[in-house]
Amino acid sequence: MNYLWAFVIGGLICVVGQLLIDLTPVTPARILVGYVVGGVVLSALGWYGPLVELAGAGASVPLLGFGHLLAQGVIDAVEEMGWLGAFTGGFTASGAGICASLLFGVFFSLLGKSRDQN
Amino acid sequence: MVKRACPPSALATDCLWAFGVGGGICTLGEGLRQLYLSLGWEKDAAGSLVSVTLIGLSGLLTCLGLYQKLAAKAGAGTLVPITGFANSVISPAIEFKAEGLITGVGAKMFIIAGPVIVYGLTASWVWGMIYAFTGWTGMGG
Repeated sequence: MNYLWAFVIGGLICVVGQLLIDLTPVTPARILVGYVVGGVVLSALGWYGPLVELAGAGASVPLLGFGHLLAQGVIDAVEEMGWLGAFTGGFTASGAGICASLLFGVFFSLLGKSRDQN
Repeated sequence: MVKRACPPSALATDCLWAFGVGGGICTLGEGLRQLYLSLGWEKDAAGSLVSVTLIGLSGLLTCLGLYQKLAAKAGAGTLVPITGFANSVISPAIEFKAEGLITGVGAKMFIIAGPVIVYGLTASWVWGMIYAFTGWTGMGG
């Protein structure tokens, strides 16, 4: 059941992005920004947590889940150190993903050939 | 049999690809998550490990030029998952290698990741301040 929900919810979140690409003039960069900010908002409203409980990686792997991670990170940090946590929680929670992306970026740029990637 | 009045629209095909590939990447993520949980990692740590693993895989496929090929078909199915974010960092890093490690690799990595991090963190700061001063925990849920 876990896997089915992960597939369906994850797939549907991507279909929404596809509809935005096909039906509106938004660029992929705007979609990525929109998904992360949207994830923060949905999480703050208390709506995204239940979806993660249901779909697991189906909700946490899409970038909405990255936003959810940021929002949960600030809650944890604010619980710990008050309003100062608003400054630290986001980076703490998203640290693994951002650091891994940058690290692999450097690593694979050393391995890869410089060429047009599109 | 009645012939279809028109071929399946490009929109439906795009959405089907996005659904299948996006759902597939998430299912792979769920498989990894279950694996890490079974190895004794805590829930949050398992989630971070899933992200790191998927980002590494995305980097490998990007380096081999395969992620871009999949993305041409799958559209948002490869863009919206964390692997798409990783691709947006790693792909320009490789592409602009010729411009050097500082202004090429180091700077160009942030073409798309920069705005994502800027506005993601800004939104999380706003939410953190609201939470700190009102204790508001959301509607429903």
